[in-house]
Amino acid sequence: MKKNLKYNLTWLAIMVVGYVVINLLEFVGVIDQFGENTMVLIGINIILATGLNLIIGFSGQFSLGHAGFMAIGAYVCALITSSISTPMGMAIGMIAGAAVSALVALIVGIPTLRLDGDYLAIATMGVAEIIRIILNNLKITNGPAGLYNIPLLATWPVVYLMVCVTTLIIVNFIHSRDGRAVMSVRENEIASESMGVNTTKWKVLAFVIGAATAAIGGALHANYIQTIAPTDFGIMESINILIIVVLGGIGSITGTFVAAAVLGLLDMILQNFGTLRMVLYSLALILLMVFKPSGLLGTWEFSVRNLFNRFTKSKQKGDA
Amino acid sequence: MQQLVNGHSLGSIYALLALGYTMVYGIIKLINFAHGDIYMLGAFWGYYVINQLHFNFWLALVSAMLFCALVGVVIEYLAYRPLRNSPRIAALITAIGVSFLLENGMAYMFSSNVRSFPQAMKVHQYHLGSISISNIQILILVVSIALMILLQLIVRRTKMGKAMRGVSVDPDAAQLIGINIDRTISFTFALGSAMAGAAGVMIGLYYNSIDPLMGMTPGIKAFVAAVLDGIGLILGAAIGGFVIGLLETTMQALGFSAFKDAAVYAVLIIILLIRPAGILGKKIKEKV
Repeated sequence: MKKNLKYNLTWLAIMVVGYVVINLLEFVGVIDQFGENTMVLIGINIILATGLNLIIGFSGQFSLGHAGFMAIGAYVCALITSSISTPMGMAIGMIAGAAVSALVALIVGIPTLRLDGDYLAIATMGVAEIIRIILNNLKITNGPAGLYNIPLLATWPVVYLMVCVTTLIIVNFIHSRDGRAVMSVRENEIASESMGVNTTKWKVLAFVIGAATAAIGGALHANYIQTIAPTDFGIMESINILIIVVLGGIGSITGTFVAAAVLGLLDMILQNFGTLRMVLYSLALILLMVFKPSGLLGTWEFSVRNLFNRFTKSKQKGDA
Repeated sequence: MQQLVNGHSLGSIYALLALGYTMVYGIIKLINFAHGDIYMLGAFWGYYVINQLHFNFWLALVSAMLFCALVGVVIEYLAYRPLRNSPRIAALITAIGVSFLLENGMAYMFSSNVRSFPQAMKVHQYHLGSISISNIQILILVVSIALMILLQLIVRRTKMGKAMRGVSVDPDAAQLIGINIDRTISFTFALGSAMAGAAGVMIGLYYNSIDPLMGMTPGIKAFVAAVLDGIGLILGAAIGGFVIGLLETTMQALGFSAFKDAAVYAVLIIILLIRPAGILGKKIKEKV
């Protein structure tokens, strides 16, 4: 515990400094309303993509159904905040959304995670589509028209806080004993099973945590955009999140951050091109994948510990 | 009964698309997300040659197949070949990128409006008791079954077909005995894309409307069809297509049209849970 204290404090400092710097820039006027809008969307994408990275990158299960869990979070939170429109309601909404989504993921995950590879991808895609079609036909979700007039509760500080919280939870999970069990399933299922790792349990757990973070991302999305409809959570949304994960490097949380920021900025710049925007976006995607198939950062991870170690090592060298 | 007829014509379109998915998957283990968009290109090609060059239906069908085969080969050469030895998920994202590019490129060049497909053929309705069937439905069914038989013959009887089967079993071993892998894969893409092109022209004739985003939903459903019976098997893809088409029209007939897509996915999940490698697929024992 004490050993890690230094690193944890550094991370906390980085988070606080990041928040202060961004607020300062906003105060001075470097970041305008449009810039803040982009940052919020990037933040939401980071939350969604780190959850998916846990499922795909660390437990090695290929899920194409992330948007379904995002939809659950968005709808649950939107319904709750529409009746309790206070920050407290937002907190209750996010927790409830994450809980419902985790429950659905548990029910879905136990049978489907027995499948592997592309069959799992298609099964999860099917689950997401079924969730979307159910939302499309329920009365409480207002059918295809969706919900609107959702209170704007996901302000920039809330999104920033949630990015920090979800990332902390996921990164700590990965670095724990449980996280190593999850990664051993990715590396070789048979070998880890023979070492006494309950593979189904860890696969389902990673899936459930990923689904819960997706729900938080969805809840923030609903309370920032203020209108949601079932069409927002189709297969394309799952694919957009998948693109962030793969582009950043599967199995690299830092990469997910970088890719979400790069794609968010790319999207912002391309706004000026009108209809040509998506053409350029897809070209950029193909070129990036062809020339950098392992993603922008591969599996490289930014780590304070390594930074410290390198610092002390170079100092020792200097002494010698 | 009427739904059975409609289901078969829709199902044969899905089956044609599913064949393309299954062949490409069988040979390079790639889910070719752009396949649905090649089908869209086929429909647009049909639209232009019938309207501008006044081709008749058969000429349009054959030219669309050739055009789509060419497009498929070019896409494979430019986008997938550089990624052949990289992780599969990278190739998958590239396929998604190609799909975006085709959709948005077409929307950019030709606007995203829905167009009505020219009637290259006069519609006749035949009545057999309570069932009515149009000549277009018969045509779709006959053409797609003919194409499937042709495909089966190519894969089973020709030298190229033998090479395709060889590469799909073991690419390295195939290369060792002198099979040109690159050419075989290009040929597979050409075949699959030609099938998609034919499906595109026929669906244009059947539904009368085409737009740049038309390929997405049928593409995904055709992929489901391919998975349903065990991906990589040609016969399985054909059966899967018909099953999905029938399931969809039956749900519509029963009055659950809002849930017809949900039913397709639910059946898929149930089948995968009972038989994790599809109905006809063999579960390969994992070796340690």
